[in-house]
Parts: sequence; structure tokens; C-alpha cells
Amino acid sequence: MKLHRILALVNRHLMLYKRSPQRMMEIVYWPLLDLLVWGFITMYLARYKEGLPAFVTFFLGALILWDILFRAQQGICISFLEEIWSRNLLNLFVSPLRTGEFLASTMLVSIIKVIGAAIMTIGLAYLLYSFNLFMIGLSLVPFVINLIVTGWAIGIFTTAIILRYGQEAEVMAWGLAFLFQPVSAVFYPVSVLPPFMQVIANGIPAAHVFEGMRAVIETKGFPLNELIWAAGLNVIYLACAILFFNGMFRIVKVKGLLVRVGE
Amino acid sequence: MAHSVVEVRKLTKRFEQVTAVNEISFEIHQGEILGMLGPNGAGKTTTIQMLLGVTTPTGGEIRILGLDLGRHREEILSQVNFSSSYVSLPQSLTVWENLRVFAQLYHVRNYREKIDRLLSVFEIAPLRNTVTRKLSTGQLTRVSLAKALLNDPKILFLDEPTASLDPDIADKTRSMLKTIRAQSGLTILYTSHNMREMEEMSDRIIFLNKGEIISTGTPDEIMKRFQGEDLEEVFLKVARGKT
Repeated sequence: MKLHRILALVNRHLMLYKRSPQRMMEIVYWPLLDLLVWGFITMYLARYKEGLPAFVTFFLGALILWDILFRAQQGICISFLEEIWSRNLLNLFVSPLRTGEFLASTMLVSIIKVIGAAIMTIGLAYLLYSFNLFMIGLSLVPFVINLIVTGWAIGIFTTAIILRYGQEAEVMAWGLAFLFQPVSAVFYPVSVLPPFMQVIANGIPAAHVFEGMRAVIETKGFPLNELIWAAGLNVIYLACAILFFNGMFRIVKVKGLLVRVGE
Repeated sequence: MAHSVVEVRKLTKRFEQVTAVNEISFEIHQGEILGMLGPNGAGKTTTIQMLLGVTTPTGGEIRILGLDLGRHREEILSQVNFSSSYVSLPQSLTVWENLRVFAQLYHVRNYREKIDRLLSVFEIAPLRNTVTRKLSTGQLTRVSLAKALLNDPKILFLDEPTASLDPDIADKTRSMLKTIRAQSGLTILYTSHNMREMEEMSDRIIFLNKGEIISTGTPDEIMKRFQGEDLEEVFLKVARGKT
């Protein structure tokens, strides 16, 4: 791994965002709309949920954390799609750039996007709803890191599919993360799911993160068990996603598809 | 005679039932401009892609700068470069920003001076701060060639670099490449469908048809062998199966 090659690609994306304000929409526009719509719905429902005093905290916290996962996944996919859209992929892979360096750069870009989106949503949630995510405490930090890693794993998997099947598979960049949402227990606990879905949810790192978040809010204790599960599953998922990407990259080279990915 | 910087032995590429390149062998000597000629589907682009490591050969051996491409990809690719009219650059970045990204990617020392010099060589210095999207095809081709020379490559792979350029810009581009070759001893593998361009540029030509090398030699030797008055006539004979 050569740092200068990773930073070259990170710079390329930062310059793109500087030059193209419309690309800031993915960091500002969608999180803002989500926060406005779901935030006011939460406030409204909270009036009738007196038996659940932490309802607003649960819901807005979940909303902000889900956005972190989604932005992390998007950070990977959009960085890759940018190379396809600009017909630049071949220029990159005829250079000494390695696939690991390429993925590392997309991960760094995704962290930058997540930080940007998180600052905005956390700030707005505080301004609009007096909701302070930090009241949940520092124990949230390791869970947030796990959400980012889950987003990376989904993003790398999606990118591998787009690499293999071309732009026709581009829709997955926007949709695949949401496939995990029903079993990630984002807005409700795993216990409300039917038994077979609970089994699936237990295999999803994000479900353990959101269960952990709820445990933190309810008990103020640190749910180490959920964190270990999330981290363990993330290690497996991320490793599998990277292996899958490398496998797809090998197939694409055998089939001579790299030059045609953008067509 | 100059030593070989590219050695290809029995290079083969099959896509399921189709054999795109069939056991071709050739060498490129240091400082040489080798033209690769052939009709559509002859295997030119597939061969270049294999030489650049972006398509995996079915069989055969590729040695570049004395090293096996499969085992020394990174070392080789840091010393070669590529330009094609079919590849572009990020459209929202300025010319200078794009070149800076690639300079960083190739770990070019003193990249500011290097970029300025290449912008000057290709007569695109006034476009330094222009967003790439606003460039004409000819300007983009020159920026792409500047990118391809950023790392002082020992070998340059050019896949139809002047396609879609008007004759004036294409002529200027060829002159620039010949000047650079004369100054730096750069080795170039060149493909084009412009026969006059191939005659003008190439020291030697490899003529591919249906994935096989059907002839190799200087442009004059090839014309004599196929009894054509120019390469275009030879090309038409081969493409229409009249050889």
C-alpha cells in the first residue's frame, strides 16, 4: 500500500466536491430532508407516546445513525461511479494503483462524507428539535465506527457488482443498503420481528449497533455484548466484501470488461 | 541494435468461443515506434490491454523492461503510461488538477515544474485552469497525452490517440510525439486506423488480422510484400480477404 496513491485519489474527490457544488447535495440535501420529515413525524408521534419517554431520542438517534451507515456505503459507491461516469477507470488501473489502495481511498472519502453529513444532521437536530446526540454519551462512538464499517462492507460489495455487471447495476448503489434496513432494527427492537427475521437480524452488524444504542439510552450502561457481536460480524463482512471485490476484479480482467465498465 | 523493452511470446486471449489474439509473438526495441495495424476485431486493443495488465491473457508470456508483467505489475506500470481517445479524465476538475492527481498517483517529483513543462510542450498552458468539461476534443487529447508523459515513461502505449482529431491537430500531435521520442528515446506502441499516420509514425509495423500477426516489417517492406502502393491499399486487401 502506497500512501501517495491513496491520497491522490482522495484529493481527486475533494477537488471534485470543491468544483461541483451540486455534489454537495448527497451530503446536505437528502440528510436534511430525512431529518425534517422524520423529525417532525417523531415530534408529532411523541405526543401520544407518553409511556415511552425516550421515543424522540430513539427515533432521531436511529435516523442520524442510519444516515451514517448509508453515507459510508454511498461514499464507496459514488467514488467508484465517479470514475465510471468520467471514463477514468482505465487511466487509474493502467497506473501502478492497486485495488487495495483504490478501496482504501474510497473508505477515506466515505469517512469525510460521513463527518460532513453527521455534523450537519447532528447540528440541525439540535437546532430544530433540541435533540443532542451527544447526550447518549461517548459509549456511542464505537457503535458509530461499527456502522461505518458496515456501510463500507455493503459499499464494497455493491461496487464489485457494478464492476462486474456495469452501469446497469448502478441502481444498487442507491438501493442495496435499504435491503438491510428492515432487519437492522433501526427504528424498532429486534424482538418485534418475526422469529425467522430475528435470526437474520442477529447476523446483521447494524442490528447489534441499534440494539446497543437503545440499551445505552435506556440503561445508560455499556452493552459490550452487542458491540462485540457488531465488531465480529463486521470483520467477517468486510473481509468477505474485499475478497468478493478482488474476485470480481479478477473476473473482469479475464473477461476484458474493465474498459467497457463505463459503456 | 537496441535491446528489447517489450517481449511477447505466444500471447493468446480467448473470450469463450472467440479467439481474439492467437499465439502472437513480437518484440519492441528501445526507442522504437511500433505501429499495430489491423481491421476492427483484429486484436489490437485486446493486445494493448494485456500489455497494460488490465486484461488477463489466456496464455503466453509478457515481459516488459525485462520483467514478467504478472509478477511485477506495479514496478512495470510505474515506468509505462497510456493514452487513448476512448478514455477521458474527470470532467469537473481543471486541467491542472487532473494532471496533479495523476502526478501524485505516479509519485512524480517536482510535479509543479513537470506539469508546467508538459502544458507548454503541448501548447495548452493557457488552459491550465480550464475545467476539463469545457475542452475541445483536440485539447482533451493533448491533456491526455500530457498525463501519459507525467512519469517520464520508458514505454508509451497509444491506442488511436488521434482518432476524432481534425487533420491539423492530429498532425501537430504526431509532430509533438516524434519530437519527444527524439529527445527522450521513448518507446511507443501505436495503434491507428489512419494509414498515412501509421506510415509517417511507425519505424516498424505489426499487421494483425483475426488475432494473428500476418506480417511485420517497416511500412515499405509491408507495402512491397502485399504489393500495395500505400498502407491503405494493403489494409483494404487484408480487410477484404484479397491477400
